[in-house]
Amino acid sequence: MTIEPAAARDTGYNFAYLNEQTKKMIRRALLKAVAIPGYQVPFASREMPMPYGWGTGGVQVTASVLTPEDVLKVIDQGADDTTNAVSIRKFFKRTAGVATTEATAEASVIQTRHRIPEQKLTSDQILVYQVPIPEPLRFLEPRETETRKMHAFEDYGLMHVKLYEDISQHGHIATTYAYPVKVEGRYVMDPSPTPKFDNPKMDNCAALQLFGAGREKRIYALPPFTSVVSLDFEDHPFEVQAWEHPCELCGARDTYLDEVIVDDEGGRMFVCSDTDYCASRRQAVSEAAE
Amino acid sequence: MTTPLLSVSGLHKSFGRTVACDDISFDLWPGEVLGIVGESGSGKTTLLRSIAGLIEPDAGEISYYSGEGALDVHDMSEPELRRLQRTEWAFVHQHPRDGLRLNVSAGANIGERLMANDWRHYDNIRSEALKWLAAVEIDEARIDDLPRTFSGGMQQRLQIARNLITSPRLVFMDEPTGGLDVSVQARLLDLIRSLVRDLGLSAIVVTHDLAVARLLSTRLMVMKDARVIEQGLTDQVLEDPQAAYSQLLVSSVLQV
Repeated sequence: MTIEPAAARDTGYNFAYLNEQTKKMIRRALLKAVAIPGYQVPFASREMPMPYGWGTGGVQVTASVLTPEDVLKVIDQGADDTTNAVSIRKFFKRTAGVATTEATAEASVIQTRHRIPEQKLTSDQILVYQVPIPEPLRFLEPRETETRKMHAFEDYGLMHVKLYEDISQHGHIATTYAYPVKVEGRYVMDPSPTPKFDNPKMDNCAALQLFGAGREKRIYALPPFTSVVSLDFEDHPFEVQAWEHPCELCGARDTYLDEVIVDDEGGRMFVCSDTDYCASRRQAVSEAAE
Repeated sequence: MTTPLLSVSGLHKSFGRTVACDDISFDLWPGEVLGIVGESGSGKTTLLRSIAGLIEPDAGEISYYSGEGALDVHDMSEPELRRLQRTEWAFVHQHPRDGLRLNVSAGANIGERLMANDWRHYDNIRSEALKWLAAVEIDEARIDDLPRTFSGGMQQRLQIARNLITSPRLVFMDEPTGGLDVSVQARLLDLIRSLVRDLGLSAIVVTHDLAVARLLSTRLMVMKDARVIEQGLTDQVLEDPQAAYSQLLVSSVLQV
């Protein structure tokens, strides 16, 4: 995998689209979020040139942390080549002129919609999440005034009501994404649409993890090496999904798989959702064969 | 029994120019069920909500005597008050829909207080919920059904189970049988009475229905125009009402 080098940016815009005042405001929110891991910091989210739900929060966070020397990677559902990822990558190529890559190891800033890359992140990297609904308690408590109090008072019994409901309806905790976690033994946080398969990767991660919710105007963060524990019951402990098959392309057995329908006769295959990880494994195999 | 469980003195609450509670003082003793009766708009519910810490009174003191000594209900911090509200206290609303979570199952509704009190074992929570469903005479098979599929009477019983599961010491009830038909009312009253007796609860029951007051309460307070006009043992007040309004209230009960 190679880096697409930095190029001239569109000078009609400020560096990385947002003006400096806005970036300063967002960086302040980020600093506060890093200081209080898992706490949702309100910020003055801006209108971005893309619809809500396409990552307006993540884009604003990325714009605020990006420097001209950065190498940016954008993934959507683990893939570098899906519409959302391609358009956000192009957006920053044009407005910031930064180098971009599809290789996890080469990136210094990674914006993601769902997945955490399979490859272990390092302390030189920042992972930016696009978050649709930052409030883990929203499902059971629609009032913002009340959920804020519940966070302040550490009144989190309600979170287990949701997990209880899962077990009673499905026999096991059926929440597979946005699986609630407790950060540093204090705040309950919604990892947002990431599959619970990735929850253990958040725990004690070397990279800085930043979460931006544009429509809901919230930013939260996990500083490097923060403890992140998935909530569960004593007799129904947290576990991640497992697949019967290995990835049909690279043969990996320990990755998150997507089910892809390949024809109209019921044919389907399971492949790694992290396209870069899968491709680099296949390349390693073919190089070894030569 | 040397100290009361709850002591209210000089409670006053008004909404703008409307006075809802005026200089109300009383003590509630352990094991006692206090009925508050009066016509609609006389300030009963406001009084109950002030005592339970749900609204802030303008003046007056409310002291609750827990195991650790006297606590001023409106002087304690909010987390402390919330802890009290989910452990030693319970509040049964007039409309079950105010007191239930309608988008989660009956079992989750009953188990919520346990989970709020750090129960983290699913099977234990579930068996406790089943026990309480049986205690309030709801078919155990309905544990995973949503409360909205329950009848009004069942919803009210579910609300009671959800509140009593942590064995509170003090239960506030606001018209617990309001809006139910007479036969359901009778069974519910019977149920509440036996639960109160078996668990040794203290309770404050607000009602406009003298029959409810007679069945449930040991002592009665009659309110009119924001003031307590008469109080005493239930039988005494109902058999020999002193205040003119109490006499009117007692005589206006329909005799069938």
